[in-house]
Amino acid sequence: MTTTEKATKRITEENTHAPTDRAQQFKEGLRDGVPIALGYLAVAFTLGIQAKEAGMGILEATVMSLVNVTSAGEFAGLAIIGSASSYLEMALSQLIINLRYMLMSFALSQKVETTLSVPHRMGIAFGVTDEIFGISAGREGRLSPFYNYGAMSIAIPGWTLGTALGVLMGNVLPESVVSALSVALYGMFLAIIIPKAREDRHVLIAVIVAMAASWICTKIPVVREISAGTRIILLTVVIALLAAIVFPVNEEGDNHDRPVS
Amino acid sequence: MTDLCHNVWIYIAVMAVVTYLIRMLPLTLLRKEIKNKTLKSFLYYVPYVTLSVMTFPAILYATRSIWSGAAGFLTALFFAYRKKSLPVVAVCACAVVFLLELAGV
Repeated sequence: MTTTEKATKRITEENTHAPTDRAQQFKEGLRDGVPIALGYLAVAFTLGIQAKEAGMGILEATVMSLVNVTSAGEFAGLAIIGSASSYLEMALSQLIINLRYMLMSFALSQKVETTLSVPHRMGIAFGVTDEIFGISAGREGRLSPFYNYGAMSIAIPGWTLGTALGVLMGNVLPESVVSALSVALYGMFLAIIIPKAREDRHVLIAVIVAMAASWICTKIPVVREISAGTRIILLTVVIALLAAIVFPVNEEGDNHDRPVS
Repeated sequence: MTDLCHNVWIYIAVMAVVTYLIRMLPLTLLRKEIKNKTLKSFLYYVPYVTLSVMTFPAILYATRSIWSGAAGFLTALFFAYRKKSLPVVAVCACAVVFLLELAGV
């Protein structure tokens, strides 16, 4: 692989973080990862129940969650396994449903240090989920990979364990608890969006338009048949592009929260 | 599973490879800072727009009733506006949903 060759070249010039900063970043990632892990536990629990229904054993379901870490993708994957569709269909469905991760990975590529080594990039790439992306995009300044590792080190076990428990215990967890936990992820998303919208009026407008458009798209006949994954990609591209054209960010790029002089 | 043509482990491997490539390629291939103003602005808005689209209206349908979902949404909005940390906002939203549903909403 040419990327690994480049990696070895890069490593020498890598801007390494001081050990204390790494530990601090990891700790903060771990802290912000806790609510993600709790939310994952609940969602993965329902995934585990479904995996069992699709004929999976605990080992298969647990490994699936460990190596994929994607809710919508895995739910769709189970449907495909259950109906014994082709491997090609499996690949295509994952590509379409998870295409939003490409946008997120693209955005993160601009958030990390340009000198960050390929192994670190490959490392954080494994943990690009809606939620971990959300908290890392909300970080001030450049993103340290150790922040992501911290979040991943609790969120991924939460996701995997939740799946295993779902297969094992089925409907043991009271429905009321599952119901309440299911808003945790959205609560976190709002905790990322709202403070930014409060300080940047253009983000606020983009957020309101995005939510309104998303809501309308679930109401309009035909359009509402589009899967959630596709709707998220289409709306994100269209609205973010419109926002970029109407409200371009200044030359300094205020995504790094530099003080305005 | 008894289907001989389709092995569960191959399904899982296909899923994992496709999903990882999607996540990994942009991060590893795009190593320079983008200079194009529109593209830069686009990427600046992507996180907030995509999280908004994912949150609403999905939060309304995540719980057992649309009203508890809406209450969870408003609670999260309130605490997020007060700039509370991620766990605090998430836990408060969960607590409101749990209590409301306990009360039969």
